[in-house]
Amino acid sequence: MKYIDEFRDGELAKNLALSIAAEVEPGRNYSFMEFCGGHTHAISRYGLSDLLPATVRMVHGPGCPVCVLPIGRVDLAINLALKEGVILCTYGDTLRVPASEGLSLMKAKARGGDIRMVYSTIDALQIARDNPQREVVFFAIGFETTTPPTAVAIQQADTEGLKNFSVLCCHVLTPAAISNILESPEVRQWGTVPLDGFIGPAHVSTVIGSRPYEFFAEEYRKPVVIAGFEPLDVMQAILMLVRQVNEGRAEVENEFARAVSRDGNLKAQDRVAEVFELRREFEWRGLSVVPYSALRIRRKYASFDAERRFKLDYQSVPDNKACECGAILRGVKRPQDCKIFGTVCTPENPIGSCMVSSEGACAAHYSYGRYKDMH
Amino acid sequence: MGEVKRGYVRPLDLKQGRVDLTHGSGGRSMVQLISELFTKHLGNEYLGQGNDGAILPAASGRLVMSTDCHVVSPLFFPGGDIGSLSVHGTVNDVAVMGATPLYLAAGFILEEGFPLADLARIVESMARAARDAGVPVVTGDTKVVERGKGDGVFITTTGVGVLPEGLELGGSRARPGDVVIVSGSLGDHGVAIMSKRENLSFDAPIESDSAALNGLITAMLATGADLRCLRDPTRGGLAATLNEIAGQSGVGMMLHEKAIPVKQVVAAACEFLGLDPLYVANEGKLIAICAAADADRLLAAMRAHPQGRDAVQIGNVIADEHHFVQLTTAFGGKRIVDWLAGDQLPRIC
Repeated sequence: MKYIDEFRDGELAKNLALSIAAEVEPGRNYSFMEFCGGHTHAISRYGLSDLLPATVRMVHGPGCPVCVLPIGRVDLAINLALKEGVILCTYGDTLRVPASEGLSLMKAKARGGDIRMVYSTIDALQIARDNPQREVVFFAIGFETTTPPTAVAIQQADTEGLKNFSVLCCHVLTPAAISNILESPEVRQWGTVPLDGFIGPAHVSTVIGSRPYEFFAEEYRKPVVIAGFEPLDVMQAILMLVRQVNEGRAEVENEFARAVSRDGNLKAQDRVAEVFELRREFEWRGLSVVPYSALRIRRKYASFDAERRFKLDYQSVPDNKACECGAILRGVKRPQDCKIFGTVCTPENPIGSCMVSSEGACAAHYSYGRYKDMH
Repeated sequence: MGEVKRGYVRPLDLKQGRVDLTHGSGGRSMVQLISELFTKHLGNEYLGQGNDGAILPAASGRLVMSTDCHVVSPLFFPGGDIGSLSVHGTVNDVAVMGATPLYLAAGFILEEGFPLADLARIVESMARAARDAGVPVVTGDTKVVERGKGDGVFITTTGVGVLPEGLELGGSRARPGDVVIVSGSLGDHGVAIMSKRENLSFDAPIESDSAALNGLITAMLATGADLRCLRDPTRGGLAATLNEIAGQSGVGMMLHEKAIPVKQVVAAACEFLGLDPLYVANEGKLIAICAAADADRLLAAMRAHPQGRDAVQIGNVIADEHHFVQLTTAFGGKRIVDWLAGDQLPRIC
């Protein structure tokens, strides 16, 4: 496949691995957080850690929209389907996220909830057009990449005068989550989570640009390399981070120059700003309540806001006590450190959200890497 | 009023007509549906007996029996339809046991309102597939459910075959050192179905690989190679099948990503759908586990057959107490190829 195979070339990978091995300084440990679940998945799927020196450790970050979705939010969606009788449209990955009372959207569907998997907001709008007598709610999750399509869908519904369409907005912000991790006592005070740099997700930066990361580089003295999701992109980013650390630099570098600019996609940003505003606070799974870390729908589009329309009342629900997703999402623990990893909690029967999405740190390690714990 | 011929019965309206509840009620319209559609296309001496069951000659050897339900959506897809698929699926399940498939039984659940023209297309296609595979449909049943209680048509087929004495194939027979062979490219069926899904249609020149494999298997058995196990990697794809065998045999497997045949278009479609071709269903491919010493002989025989032209060794059976199926990635790393969690593609067959 043109434009894909080039970024998975095993020979180039070997060369990059040699460069990384040659450039790491003896006696020095390097800890880099790949913020995004897409990178976590790529690292596990291509067996990337096998190509890295033992002194380079990748810490999995919280950048998996499904993983950070708190139980209370999934409960809201389930209630809309089961109690309000709406047609709930959702991206496929959220279907199996465990919620309260042993339910998930998938199980709620089996109980009679009209829950439909969609591939895009366009499908959800079409369902609303096709069912004018029913309420149709789009369960909007995701970071900056999925936010512009939700904004466009709301504006489109407004233009068309679609009265039966609304959005349960759970869109969250990447920079806020990174700040939260950098401010956490484990990183800032105690140093129990050594973090020498970040790999930033390229798809987020195609929207927001690379500029928002400049703050982290300056304020926290952490190098950031924005990288694509092919394995060679990740290898290249690691090499760039190693060089920054060695040279004592803390800059934002762009590995993904083929699509990311400093300013990002201004048109998309405008649309998002027209429709959404910052929430004062939002609960994340694992990170708890994070100030100014998520978006809500502006008053101008209030009739499309499912929270207002159905007078939804958010209830925070604690995670399963044995589940370590919170610590894993902050990089404090690794999946294999969790007592229920691979025993009670498996991809077939996930207890925590990190085991649900294939981008979750636990699912990635379970599906691709757990043989390493056993040999 | 003009004269009406004595004994004339107005034939089924195969252009505009639709299935209604009387077609399953046991009355004349059911008999008419069966005779003008099912027996007409599928007809053979056994089906023609017209009794509650078919009387078949006794076969020598052990009998192998297998059944398969088909609920694929959409009913018609590039490279096949639910009719041909329902023949191939069951013929292959019997054939990978090492048996020669002899007869099929077919059960149809039709939804009220289903166009008779579509049903005719499906039955014709089924008849063609059965003829090509050399396995007649000898008995069947039809039921009709109310509109909204089915999805057009569901077909269950059951196959019977005969297994020669002395031939033992099975998932528990893989041994460390054996080779893992696939008969051709993976993922074609699943991606062909996905490309036609209502909310996802994309233009890709991908056809389902749906095909009967009994001919290929006959050629493979004729080599006398020490075959341990044959399987057709349908739902869950290569990954599910190999994990099954690894578990049953108490062994591990080591595959080589570079060796695994996946067509460019399939790889590209999987890429943007977020699927892994190793987990995507096939309907005309088989996996063979074979003693290493006989691998070349077996591969040569497979490649000489049209269904096995692209046959290739993709890895080995290894000793592993954890029964992992592992893969050396083209990138140079290593990973597990685990069971599929959840459902990548519902209603694929």
